[in-house]
Amino acid sequence: MSWTDLAVLALLGAGLAFYGAGSLGLLRFPDTASRLHALTKADNLGLGLVALAAALHWGSLAVAAKIALVWLFAVIAAGITSQLLARQARLDGTRSHRDGVQP
Amino acid sequence: MTGAFDIILCLMILGAAGIALFVRDALAAIAFFIAFGNLLGLAWLGLDAVNVALAEIALGAGVTGVLLILARARLLALGDDATCADTSAWLRAGALAACAGFVLLLAAAVLSIPPESGLDRAVAPLMPGLGIENRVTGVLLAFRAYDTLLESFVLLGALVAVWSLAPAGVWPGRPADLGVADVPMRRVARSFGRFLLPVALVMAAYLVWAGSDVPGGAFQAGTVLAGGLMVSAIGGAIGLPRSDLPGLRVALVLGPLVFLLIGLAGMGFGGFLVYPEGSAKAAILAIEYSLFLSIGATLALLVAGPNVIGWPDPAGGTDRHSDC
Repeated sequence: MSWTDLAVLALLGAGLAFYGAGSLGLLRFPDTASRLHALTKADNLGLGLVALAAALHWGSLAVAAKIALVWLFAVIAAGITSQLLARQARLDGTRSHRDGVQP
Repeated sequence: MTGAFDIILCLMILGAAGIALFVRDALAAIAFFIAFGNLLGLAWLGLDAVNVALAEIALGAGVTGVLLILARARLLALGDDATCADTSAWLRAGALAACAGFVLLLAAAVLSIPPESGLDRAVAPLMPGLGIENRVTGVLLAFRAYDTLLESFVLLGALVAVWSLAPAGVWPGRPADLGVADVPMRRVARSFGRFLLPVALVMAAYLVWAGSDVPGGAFQAGTVLAGGLMVSAIGGAIGLPRSDLPGLRVALVLGPLVFLLIGLAGMGFGGFLVYPEGSAKAAILAIEYSLFLSIGATLALLVAGPNVIGWPDPAGGTDRHSDC
């Protein structure tokens, strides 16, 4: 096993750990905001580490550039959707407060 | 190792499909349907069917998922609670038996095909005459072009059918507004749309061009374009056009029309849809680029659907369509 393989394994493992933590947070945290916090932070890092592992594994600059683009677009999309989700959750929260319903 | 991966993937596909079927909440069912489509795309990727994987993820999971979510939202707006009604146990058992029988028949049919009789073998020697490398594109646009031509008309027909459901009062008008109502959300979504639409255009144009030689093609590219258009419409970065706009109608008909005209021109070279010797690639690319434009516009408008009475008026709101 070469040093590259070891690095790929380590990166993959770290990435999966972040994914696991993010999924755990999504399942266990009480409200939308903290769930989003767990999901976006952990997912972006997790995907970044897995993408880095994939790029190292393929060992080609062209492939690495494509993988970097995939990661970049995923991060941008995740950032935008979490903004929208958080805003919607806040709107829903104030609406249910106003209507006298527990959020 | 790959065996274990395949088994886990199969179990996840079956699990996602089962949850999508049996969960009572429609939104959860849709979420699992989208996950099911993405997992199925992975399975196609594992079978080296990259074209099918792209189409499954873009069309099967992406566009269909958005369609289902919007259909649910419209049902809720109409006062329907969008959950499945109870059906009789006999009906469910009958449906299960019919589907299981069909799956068994299909599996028997697929497994009875000898592995060496793939289409690949028949197509490979014919490819040099076309000047393109992607055999799937070769089959879709040359050897079985008739099917694809009819498909492009079916897609157009689907949009006409959806439009024909519009109430008389709102016709001809803009499609239903996809935009979010809340102003701060709209601002975020709009900047995303402004960023994404040019990227989607470049990506889609590349997918068509690449489709000659590597996986890609008009349908996948059209879906990417439709995705860009939808995201932009959600943020109000673009307004969807009125259905009687001449430019829109040209864009919708262009693909099938160019396909048909090139097919008819083939009569001069030996038959319907026969491409002239040496310029087959040019003909295929011309068809693919016009098809891509039509598919993208059609899919985006299919998702938007006709305007309905009782749905928020697209002309309302604070800053909608200010820059379309």
